[in-house]
Amino acid sequence: MRTFLALLLTLLAVPVVAQDMLPPAPYAYQQLDDPALETQAQNLMLTLRCLKCQSQSIADSDAPMAGDMRHQVRTRIAAGENPEAIRAWMVERYGAYVSYKPEVSASTWPLFVIPLVLIALVLFVLSQRLRRRA
Amino acid sequence: MKRLRLVLWGVVAVVACLFGLFAFQLSRPKDDVVVSAMIGKPMPQFDLKPSVADRPGLSTRDLMDGKPKLVNVFASWCVPCAAEAEQLAALEQNGAVIVGIAIRDRPQDVAAFLQAYGNPFTRIGADDISEVQLSIGSSGVPETFVVDGKGIIRYQHIGDIRAENIPQLLQELRKAES
Amino acid sequence: MIAELGLAALWLAAALAGLQLFAAVIGLIGKGDDAEGAGIAGLVRPAAIVQALLCALSFGALLLLFARTDLSVLLVATNSHSMKPMIFKLAATWGNHEGSMLLWVSVMALSGGLIALVERRLPVRTMIATLGAQAFVGLGFYAFLLFSSNPFARLAEPVAEGQGLNPLLQDIGLAFHPPTLYFGYVGLSVAFSFAVGALLTRQVTPEFARVMRPWVLGAWSFLTIGITAGSYWAYYELGWGGWWFWDPVENASLMPWLAATALLHSASVLAARDALRAWTIMLGVVAFSMSMIGTFLVRSGILTSVHAFAVDPERGSFILALLTIYIGGALVLFALRANTVAEGERFSILSREGALVVNNVALSAILGIVLLGTLYPLLTEAFDVRVSVGPPYFNPVGAIFFLPMMLVLAVGPMLRWRNDRLERIRWSAIGLLALPVALAIGLGISLKIDLLPLLGMALSASVAIGSLMPLRGRALRRVPLATWGMVIAHFGVAVALFGMSADTAFQKERLVAARVGETVQDGPWSITLKSVEPVAGPNWTAIRATLLASYDGGPVQESHPQARSFWAPPQDTSESALLTRWNGQLYTVLGGEAEGDRWQLRLWWKPFVTWVWYGGVLIALGGALALIGRVSGDLKRRRAQARNIERRSAGDPLMENPA
Repeated sequence: MRTFLALLLTLLAVPVVAQDMLPPAPYAYQQLDDPALETQAQNLMLTLRCLKCQSQSIADSDAPMAGDMRHQVRTRIAAGENPEAIRAWMVERYGAYVSYKPEVSASTWPLFVIPLVLIALVLFVLSQRLRRRA
Repeated sequence: MKRLRLVLWGVVAVVACLFGLFAFQLSRPKDDVVVSAMIGKPMPQFDLKPSVADRPGLSTRDLMDGKPKLVNVFASWCVPCAAEAEQLAALEQNGAVIVGIAIRDRPQDVAAFLQAYGNPFTRIGADDISEVQLSIGSSGVPETFVVDGKGIIRYQHIGDIRAENIPQLLQELRKAES
Repeated sequence: MIAELGLAALWLAAALAGLQLFAAVIGLIGKGDDAEGAGIAGLVRPAAIVQALLCALSFGALLLLFARTDLSVLLVATNSHSMKPMIFKLAATWGNHEGSMLLWVSVMALSGGLIALVERRLPVRTMIATLGAQAFVGLGFYAFLLFSSNPFARLAEPVAEGQGLNPLLQDIGLAFHPPTLYFGYVGLSVAFSFAVGALLTRQVTPEFARVMRPWVLGAWSFLTIGITAGSYWAYYELGWGGWWFWDPVENASLMPWLAATALLHSASVLAARDALRAWTIMLGVVAFSMSMIGTFLVRSGILTSVHAFAVDPERGSFILALLTIYIGGALVLFALRANTVAEGERFSILSREGALVVNNVALSAILGIVLLGTLYPLLTEAFDVRVSVGPPYFNPVGAIFFLPMMLVLAVGPMLRWRNDRLERIRWSAIGLLALPVALAIGLGISLKIDLLPLLGMALSASVAIGSLMPLRGRALRRVPLATWGMVIAHFGVAVALFGMSADTAFQKERLVAARVGETVQDGPWSITLKSVEPVAGPNWTAIRATLLASYDGGPVQESHPQARSFWAPPQDTSESALLTRWNGQLYTVLGGEAEGDRWQLRLWWKPFVTWVWYGGVLIALGGALALIGRVSGDLKRRRAQARNIERRSAGDPLMENPA
């Protein structure tokens, strides 16, 4: 019993996550000077998934890797790259998982067809239940 | 009335499918790894400065010298990286050429890490802002890529290398040779 | 001793639930006319009441164990710590899987007891069927607790110290967020039981809707508060200023809310017009299904979430089995009984029920979208493809149904039942529909903001004005409480919608590495980093910044964000600090130390963000008022009826001696 408990306790104890000692990447916590570009970067960062976290965008995470990804986004935006091109760059490396914005593809088409079916269904139900004024 | 009944049986069918999906997903272990989409594609262009004094840095050109290599993405602050040191040494003994990419790491820490756990690397590049890691679709440490002599990424191993993974990695290296 | 007592009470309660179910089945089979059957059926109500008391006792025992930090109990040892403040010791009772399930069955048993005690309007057989269904659902959860999640399990030897509680959860907002949600979920189980009871006895009547309505109102108000509190907690605790992430766990709480909102409105139509019978039953089943699916998704860990809680696939299997029995069972029963629920007549577009149908259909469609987006990654994972569905999907696709619904919400409440005259409402309706268009064009030209927040702001004005229309031309003192509830809840929707849109459109973010003494601007605020010093709490140490902030040159206010390190268990968190004004909040976070004696500061000026939660509170308040209005109305009617019978029997000799 005691060994079982000891085992249990080690399993339950949350280990201090091993953390690196380097300072964050330059643009992890630093905004771009041009507010318009920063807005572009911010909007993109909100829709890219932090790969080290549980379901958070890289704009909402303190994970060092999220910081490095923000750095990538900001420097690329500053270099004049289009936000969607940067998203495509990420997707090329990590697959569709990295982007919170699903694109129509062989594996995601139901996400877009079902809402259309829902619209049709809503209109149908309304036409069945409602009549013009008597 | 007939229509309502039909709709309801339809709902029952959909819900049954949904619960079936739940049961299927429960029955298998949750897979949290993010696989790189770069397998089969060439290594992106990079040139990393040396991480420690006694090993040169790493660039794309170094991976295109005609000989397949293991690219080990690691860090001194990562616990599983220390755990796989033994397996890396075994791979080295079996003739594998191993190069390292040190993620977000200070030179003195890497040096101490290699001192403690051995140094199987011929080259170690310092990736201070995870730039190369991001560009090859690696989402954590440690990860090990098999890159062929032309610099094409052939295989990715996620997590620490266990003893039972060694044959697989050696086989992937041989496959990359042809 | 206390733990054993709690466990014994729980077993007894489960046994009583079994008795309650058995008696109900006998009662229903026996048609109620043979004396023996009626006698056994008479046990249903007392069984429900005693069961409620035993559950309360059991939960009280667990509370006491946590209050005393009894480290010989496994659950206490793994979830509490002697150094924790008392309030968090108590909150730890339900801050874990076993305790929260015990809370769940306790609330469920209390609801059942309350129905048994006070509800006299339904036909006896429907009542028995309802309590039987309640006992049947309860039994599953008792089995879950007793066989796979015993909260009272003892350790062979007590440990010296407890394992603590996740520091992120040591927060007053979060201490009360889960129980509020459970009250909502469990309240919906009552609606579910009523729906099943009505189906079993084929009594889907307006009276059934009236009896069910207070329970839906109550559950819905709790859900609203729970979601609002959860959103506020995520907002200030996660440290990045977001208040809704479309995370699977958030969606899991939103889905029952959407279903309950629809149910609330369709029950109104059923109560007033004896229509939408099948639809109301369906929503009754769906609402509780969503609660259970939500619980399943959160606990089974099959979805990746930032709020993952008590994850365990084995428990997931148990909940899935319960899901299949209850939800599958109810749906099959419904399909078999489809012929007993007649479809009502068609409604006029220009009537209250017409507007409510639009509301119901739109809410159901939004529910469909949220369900689809939440579960879709699960579906593709079955084929080993991983995708992510997030805000860029939910926001625009949800808006397709949400925005038209808001237009109808602006006009709907002033429509009359049955058939309104166009002439009566023509000008107000045109005004309410034209206002958002004009506002949207005006705002769109003068400010550069995205389409969705723009439309949201424009519509919120319409909804706000429209929500007050039912009060027009009435003596405010004589407006019934239920109508006040509707007005306030709808007004709350407008307030929340405005808050969401305004914050999205106008928030100002500033990330700086500041030296002590340095002043930075964020929107209208100027903020000076005055000092950074270490502080210590009961189970943490922290560095704390003192910021001096002034809004638009106004008086200086202090703000104290902290970077905290807990040591039981060890974990780092950042504690944001908020400065609240009527028109928004300044949100400050202290990050790490940067080069050259600088400190990372994250500053957000979030205009009108508080309105999101004020709106949520208003919506819940509206629900509570409507609940009080309905219940007191029912009580008054009941008393009047009783008086009538008395008077008649006293004054009319025929009544006295009908023979």
